[in-house]
Amino acid sequence: MGPFTYVRAVDPVEAVGVVSADPGAAFLAGGTTQLDLMKDGVLSPEKLVDITRLPLRGIARTGTTIRVGALTTMEELAADPTVAVRVPFVREALLAGASVQLRNMATIGGNLLQRARCRYFRDPSVAACNKRERGSGCAAIDGVQRMHAILGTSPHCVALHASDVAVPLIALDALVHTRGTDGTRTVPLTGFYLPPGDTPDVENVLRRGELITAVEIPLPAERTRTHYLKVRDRASYEFALTSAAVAVELDGTTITGARVALGGVGTVPWRAWDAEDVLRGATVGRDAFREAAEVTLAGARPLPGTAFKVELAKRTLIRALETVTGAP
Amino acid sequence: MKTREEALSRLGASVGVEFGVNGVRRRVGVEGRVTLLDWLRDELGLTGVKKGCDQGACGACTVLVDGKRVVACLMLVAQCDGREVTTVEGVAGVGEAGAVQDAFVRHDAFQCGYCTPGQIMSAIALIGEGRAGTREEIAEFMSGNLCRCGAYPRIRDAIVDAAGGEVG
Ligand SMILES: Cc1cc2nc3c(=O)[nH]c(=O)nc-3n(C[C@H](O)[C@H](O)[C@H](O)COP(=O)(O)OP(=O)(O)OC[C@H]3O[C@@H](n4cnc5c(N)ncnc54)[C@H](O)[C@@H]3O)c2cc1C
Ligand code: SF4
Ligand code: FES
Ligand code: FES
Repeated sequence: MGPFTYVRAVDPVEAVGVVSADPGAAFLAGGTTQLDLMKDGVLSPEKLVDITRLPLRGIARTGTTIRVGALTTMEELAADPTVAVRVPFVREALLAGASVQLRNMATIGGNLLQRARCRYFRDPSVAACNKRERGSGCAAIDGVQRMHAILGTSPHCVALHASDVAVPLIALDALVHTRGTDGTRTVPLTGFYLPPGDTPDVENVLRRGELITAVEIPLPAERTRTHYLKVRDRASYEFALTSAAVAVELDGTTITGARVALGGVGTVPWRAWDAEDVLRGATVGRDAFREAAEVTLAGARPLPGTAFKVELAKRTLIRALETVTGAP
Repeated sequence: MKTREEALSRLGASVGVEFGVNGVRRRVGVEGRVTLLDWLRDELGLTGVKKGCDQGACGACTVLVDGKRVVACLMLVAQCDGREVTTVEGVAGVGEAGAVQDAFVRHDAFQCGYCTPGQIMSAIALIGEGRAGTREEIAEFMSGNLCRCGAYPRIRDAIVDAAGGEVG
């Protein structure tokens, strides 16, 4: 790691001021992405503003939502009783991610902002990576693909958004609360991430120095059943090849409400709006589930290394729906 | 405009950190970029904290910070201000072994031993978290500690034993 100035922030306004004013500055939360990429030489900020002492920790229930301070760790959020009872798929996604050690460090704000796992992005000896340097090309498209996206890709980047917990959160229409130099704002997670297009280096709507202060999770109706299914190369401690977050409400065998999102396939956590349209009003069973999966992956643009993901993602969604509905 | 020398000295400026390591209070000035892993090993000689991957992936550097297990390779010393750090050297008295360490010896839960301090620190935390109920649970919640020698079955035996269960 190269040298940098370490600043321990005590006030959110000050932290935002420092990073907004200095293009060489970055926030440091749990450090599990930031320090990792600095060691690899992918990031080399001159100043790190440690935000872990800011009063942005803790989980508060307010009526029909829970407000999660940005510095709440993944383990803390997974242990929350309201999360466990009302949105268990958020807990499942958290516990299916990383390891206990990393989850004790990693914050929910940092998790949403984790960077691509693309091996070319993480290796500065590879020159071509539009995400690292705009206009330099994309080594993955002509290289080896596996942990890459098949939905929302562009000719300039096929990197995956690898967060697990962002998948159920986007299905729930979670809100991201932020603070910038001109005050606070609230951005729906569904509009937070930006597909790569021809600027893969721009990953979300945050402005320089804008701080995530909290993530607000709307609680679905009490009878909603939820499930997160993650398929990966080993049973634990591995990123998703494909995953599905599903929340459904049933009236007998009729699906009256459905929220669906996929992980492991999108350049951004993938809300499957079309699948929801298919499922709402449908009868529980293979036919509806298969159709929901087909419409979701209809726009998939796989590369040779990711071709297997198209069918795997469909089956992942179907299995998740079978589990959550208790379908035979 | 600042000169390059000024910029560099500012970059390398030392940060005041006051924290506990294995029960001993420390007041140190340390450069911002020094990781807890490197500092524990190089400054305090606590070489029980192992460097495997240096990337958060293997768990060899697992220590407890305020009682919670973390990987010391992805944490700065500067971030430890006001915290209490426990390494494998700190879990029992000098020349003594803790219960988990004893169980590892009894069950021969290692081959080369490189991952062992990290496994032990993680196992101590695991038992404290109440996640050592079944072998499946142990496997899942110890997955952040890799063992290149593949001593997993015996590591699990040792943990079941240390947690007061029946080794099947
Ligand atoms: C070995 C390994 C395995 C992993 N496996 C998984 C997995 O299976 N599933 C999964 O989902 N994730 C996984 N991760 C990723 C991990 O979850 C993220 O690294 C972590 O959540 C990032 O949070 P952090 O607090 O450490 O962020 P940091 O590393 O501190 O920060 C990440 C980025 O966000 C910025 N930032 C942080 N907080 C804020 C804020 N409040 N406002 C504005 N900017 C901010 C930082 O400047 C930085 O750019 C894994 C990571 C590792 C190292
Ligand atoms: S897929 Fe994206 S992150 Fe990976 S090499 Fe191409 S541009 Fe870089
Ligand atoms: S050395 Fe820290 S996790 Fe491998
Ligand atoms: S005993 Fe050799 S790595 Fe575990």
